[in-house]
Amino acid sequence: MTTATTSHDDHHHGPEKGLMRWVKTTNHKDIGTLYLWFAFTMLLIGGALAMGIRMELLQPGLQLMEPHFFNQLTTMHGLIMVFGAIMPAFVGLGNWLIPMMVGAPDMALPRMNNWSFWILPFAGAILLSTFFMEGGAPAFGWTFYAPLSTTFAPDSTDFFIFAIHLLGFSSIMGAINIIATVLNMRAPAMKLMDMPLFVWTWLITSFLLIGAMPVLAGAVTMMLTDRNFGTAFFDATGGGDPVMFQHIFWFFGHPEVYIMILPAFGVVSHIIPTFARKPLFGYSSMVYATASIAFLSYIVWAHHMFLTGMPVAGELYFMYATMLIAVPTGVKVFNWIATMWRGSMTFETPMLWAVSFVFLFTIGGFSGLMLGIAPADIQYHDTYFVVAHFHYVLVTGALWSIIAATFYWLPKWTGKMYNEGLAKVHFWWAVISVNVLFFPQHFLGLAGMPRRIPDYSLQFADFNMISSIGGFAFGASFILFTYIIVDCIRNGKPATARPWEGAKGLEWTLAPKAQYHSFNTPPSKELIKSESQHS
Amino acid sequence: MSKLSRAIVAPIALISTAVFSEYGLNMTEGVTSISHDIYDLHMMVFWVCVVIATIVFGAMFYSVFAHRKSKGAVAAQFHESTKAEILWTLIPVVILVGMAIPASKTLIDLEDTSKAEMTIKITGHQWKWQYDYPKEGISFISNLAKTSKDSVATDVDNLNKESYKTGALKVDNYLLEVDKRMVLPVDTSIRFLITSNDVIHNWWIPAFGVKQDANPGFINDAWAKVDKIGTYRGQCAELCGKDHGFMPIVVDVVSKKDYAKWVAKEQAASAAAAASATQVWSKSDLMSKGKSVYESNCAGCHKIDGSGIPPIFPAMKNSVIANGIAAEHIKIVLHGEGGMPTFKMLGDTDLASVITYERNAFGNTGSVVQPSDIKSAR
Repeated sequence: MTTATTSHDDHHHGPEKGLMRWVKTTNHKDIGTLYLWFAFTMLLIGGALAMGIRMELLQPGLQLMEPHFFNQLTTMHGLIMVFGAIMPAFVGLGNWLIPMMVGAPDMALPRMNNWSFWILPFAGAILLSTFFMEGGAPAFGWTFYAPLSTTFAPDSTDFFIFAIHLLGFSSIMGAINIIATVLNMRAPAMKLMDMPLFVWTWLITSFLLIGAMPVLAGAVTMMLTDRNFGTAFFDATGGGDPVMFQHIFWFFGHPEVYIMILPAFGVVSHIIPTFARKPLFGYSSMVYATASIAFLSYIVWAHHMFLTGMPVAGELYFMYATMLIAVPTGVKVFNWIATMWRGSMTFETPMLWAVSFVFLFTIGGFSGLMLGIAPADIQYHDTYFVVAHFHYVLVTGALWSIIAATFYWLPKWTGKMYNEGLAKVHFWWAVISVNVLFFPQHFLGLAGMPRRIPDYSLQFADFNMISSIGGFAFGASFILFTYIIVDCIRNGKPATARPWEGAKGLEWTLAPKAQYHSFNTPPSKELIKSESQHS
Repeated sequence: MSKLSRAIVAPIALISTAVFSEYGLNMTEGVTSISHDIYDLHMMVFWVCVVIATIVFGAMFYSVFAHRKSKGAVAAQFHESTKAEILWTLIPVVILVGMAIPASKTLIDLEDTSKAEMTIKITGHQWKWQYDYPKEGISFISNLAKTSKDSVATDVDNLNKESYKTGALKVDNYLLEVDKRMVLPVDTSIRFLITSNDVIHNWWIPAFGVKQDANPGFINDAWAKVDKIGTYRGQCAELCGKDHGFMPIVVDVVSKKDYAKWVAKEQAASAAAAASATQVWSKSDLMSKGKSVYESNCAGCHKIDGSGIPPIFPAMKNSVIANGIAAEHIKIVLHGEGGMPTFKMLGDTDLASVITYERNAFGNTGSVVQPSDIKSAR
């Protein structure tokens, strides 16, 4: 594309026919679609495992499975949702949207883009295949603390390690690609502070990925050598330290938390201004808040480890640093509400998901603040209170924004409109059931129910049953979600190029179904200014 | 309390925080100064969150209802205010500092174990706790009580048996009872030294405000001064493998007089056990004692019928080791191997009987092991 970017090139660049289109594609939209369908498949698999967990926990006593299998379910549910569903879904959204939003024809490194996707199904298959191995799948929790994951783990753990390595390669390549695209392929007239927030949040997320994923690779490599080659990184009898594993894991793990939520902030910062018909409030403070959260995410990791026996000075430092995160996060919430304030709001499906995101994510934020208070964490740590907390930020936070983004940009992806009435039914179904599912878990945790147990004493019975019923209803809501999406793709009514009245952004200047190559000529300064959501 | 009356009472409980804890909606206030401090911190942060939430969500929902296009709202176009940004950065900072001060005080207090009057060592094992009173010379293992064990189907073959489906409902303190409780004197500062023998466990009694990781190869400490006589229950709070959910903690806090009596009784019992280890035991005595030791210590992995869960937990039945040289068998049980932890914390008689049982039950044909064999192998 260096010499002739004239219009007669266009018709040579349509998609190939048949299955090979998807195998060989280097197109950001095709790859984005692949990522999203992969993430959705993994979401359903991870969800099915969660249904198994909630079924076993419906009543006290063991009805369905052995404790060892229960541990496999919780472990694989966490791994699949984090590495298979949420992360690939955001990379998919990034692939689809970033070139359109920065006025580029495609991603900067299209062949690498193809590779970073096609690693995923193999990594996912390796991970899932451990269920069928002797000794079962990994059963040590998604945090895989040593020595339970080294000396005491099933043989399949080596496959798990390999799968994590592959997933890490994929994420790092995806991150490099996004940085290169944003910095090199951006329309010349678009300054950094003209960029839409989804682009900003993904740019910052990419740096988190590049910083954090190699640390995870280091942790699993040390596990591999501890297990197979006689090293003792995490074994005290050989001079190692099991707590060091946790330091390394959470040095990855805490940035990882923000990898899963920063792009969500970006999505919501697009949807709220659109349906409030008002520019985003405090754009520059949103950018700075995102950057500060990203920076802080690297220096708070040991708040996951208050009970490991840290020196009191360390606990004080990590408590203070953790509490600081509430400040930029608060700024974001205040800015969203200020954006809604005195707007002219309508509540189409994407807006319903976005507003409920602000409400429910903030509840997760409050419980996060409580968990950050180190002495109180003594009582919360490793209970269902923590389970409730991270499901509020990951399900009604990260996943909510992914669903919101799907409804918001679906017309641009397919050129068709989804069934608004059904989508609203689905929203209310999901938002009510998800709260029946997760809110009682706060009570369970405060009353003293540890997480990751397959059976519980009787005082926890009532809330577990309520939670399980909510879980089944929430799980079932994805059947309707699948129907709405498939129905839109197959039978949807044609959409206009700008299906939302208040929508601004370069992506809405493209055809109703965005053309295969987004911008073959960079958009002008005037167009960028008039399509800005923040001026 | 029946389910029905509980369902009726639960909404009423929302009215007062004092009632909260009784129905398992809120954190326990506990029975130590630390647990009280933690509870106060928890409630303070909770109410701060409630106030902030009321203001923030109040504004949001007001806007959602009032600033609608359908009500004729016309969108304003303001989108920046440095004043507002500074204000809603600084106010949270002030609130956070207000929370950090009492939190720091409590944290420094609970980490200071120097004023302890006595020490107890707690060791986590897969999946039981060991309690050592070093000064008193008392040491014992605390397993999940047989009543709970018998009513939970940790074995896949039992999952569909009717008795297991409803078994949980018939047991007192289901999953929260042990075969031998830890005993502590009231009004005494106690330092807990916490460690592990295999994987990471976590010793947690909510009412004490004590929850501390048990790390293999390292010792953590915590302290408690219980001001109320009673029985307190907790559970392992760190995923430690298959039976993580089945290693409860039960502590009897008794008067200082009763504690002294308990110590004397335990010391006499351990003297008797030491004496028995010098005798030569008959095979049938070893087998019957070995069966109960096996069921509380080994059956979790190797199964009641010795079939194990290969390849993680090898079968006892037809095992090369159980039918082979006794010295090899003793070595593995004493020192562990791979995922198998050490069992050297058991007494000579217990070990001799359980090894004899393993070598002669399940159709095995190994030799008999005497306590003196264990003693010389240590």
